[in-house]
Amino acid sequence: MKNKSLISINDYTKEDYIKILNLAEEFEKNPTQDILKGKVIATLFFEPSTRTRLSFESAINRLGGRVIGFTDATSSSVSKGETLNDTIKTVANYCDLIVMRHPLEGSAKYASEVSSVPVINAGDGANQHPTQTLLDLYSIRKTQKTLDNLNLFLVGDLKYGRTVHSLLMAMSHFNTTFNFISPVELKMPNEYKIYLDNLGLKYYEHTDFTDIISRADVVYMTRVQRERFSDPMEYEKTKNTYILNNSMLVNTKPNMKILHPLPRVNEINVNVDENEKAYYFTQALNGVYTRQAILASILGLK
Amino acid sequence: MKDSKKLNVSAIKDGTVIDHIPAENLFKVLSILDLKSLKSKMTFGTNMESNKLGLKAIIKVSDKYFEDDEINKIALVAPEAKLNIINNYKVIEKKVVEIPNEVVGIVKCVNPKCITNNDEIVTRFNVVEKSKVALKCHYCEKITDQEHMKIIK
Ligand SMILES: [Zn+2]
Repeated sequence: MKNKSLISINDYTKEDYIKILNLAEEFEKNPTQDILKGKVIATLFFEPSTRTRLSFESAINRLGGRVIGFTDATSSSVSKGETLNDTIKTVANYCDLIVMRHPLEGSAKYASEVSSVPVINAGDGANQHPTQTLLDLYSIRKTQKTLDNLNLFLVGDLKYGRTVHSLLMAMSHFNTTFNFISPVELKMPNEYKIYLDNLGLKYYEHTDFTDIISRADVVYMTRVQRERFSDPMEYEKTKNTYILNNSMLVNTKPNMKILHPLPRVNEINVNVDENEKAYYFTQALNGVYTRQAILASILGLK
Repeated sequence: MKDSKKLNVSAIKDGTVIDHIPAENLFKVLSILDLKSLKSKMTFGTNMESNKLGLKAIIKVSDKYFEDDEINKIALVAPEAKLNIINNYKVIEKKVVEIPNEVVGIVKCVNPKCITNNDEIVTRFNVVEKSKVALKCHYCEKITDQEHMKIIK
């Protein structure tokens, strides 16, 4: 993985995932080190994403590295009409690695082809956000003590949700049983179901999960947005079905954990936060360790 | 010259005849092969009856022999195309076209949010299915299928 850009979750093999997770575990035990001392890392956020940027910058700072970059395109030369090619080629001169987020899909892949230093994709439109997927895997393994043979519930917008698609791809290496819970309009796209069929993995589709949540090992919640519905009535009718409440957790498995990529709006009631099964804030913290592992691995320091 | 087929388009001495092009895609084929920049003599026939295709088109190009890589590009819009290589009025070789594994710079990505539709970047696709063509964008990973395929140029 040394010097290799991380653009898509499909750039890594199962062995690569395990290597990153093991490394992240080491960083969790010892998050403050100086292995990035003397390294300069550019964080180029062509669209703002405070959460992701702070997580990366925290990971870099705790390892003694320096950060340069911009937090949104309006404050950079991009607003003066510079092409992505020119921005990346210029910035690559100033740093050892580029972390970038961009609203256009495929932008990170393109950047990695013109950059002289490795690129980490911190989100390219609705396409990929591989460090999110790796931190999801880390959180699942940490809470379940394994990644194998789990029953994973994916809840909410399964049609447009980039995080659930990438998580599905990654978890397909571990004999996962999938339960897809979504409004009919936002069902898991066929291409992913065909992909699972070809691997012989089991999946079930539901429009409600109150009765089946007791089977879940991991419940991965995502937001159902009103704008995604062609019929606003349909949204009004179903919106409450995909909101998780404390009362729904009574008969769930003891090992069950609730994950969410954050930010949350109302899909998890705040009364769940105090429940020991709520894991989403720790999941965000795991993002720092996972990103430390990815940075160290790509820079060849671990 | 009693044979009615031969009356359709006149014979050429040396060069290539591309037959069995779906009539509606003739102009796409011309553009993919960039024939307008070629100085050779050319004849086109279109809207000719074909049992297989409904209406077909045919292109005859004098003194031009296509490389496989070059000609395979037309498989996207003319998968049934047949090539006759002509030498001294005789067919010396027949070829069929084959959909390549990678398509560079011919097709537009279907995704309006793709970087290739917003910056001057040459498109690139992996062909994930050949029978009913499906192209996966090398950049945004979205699939462009036959139905939504737009030829650049
Ligand atoms: Zn694309």
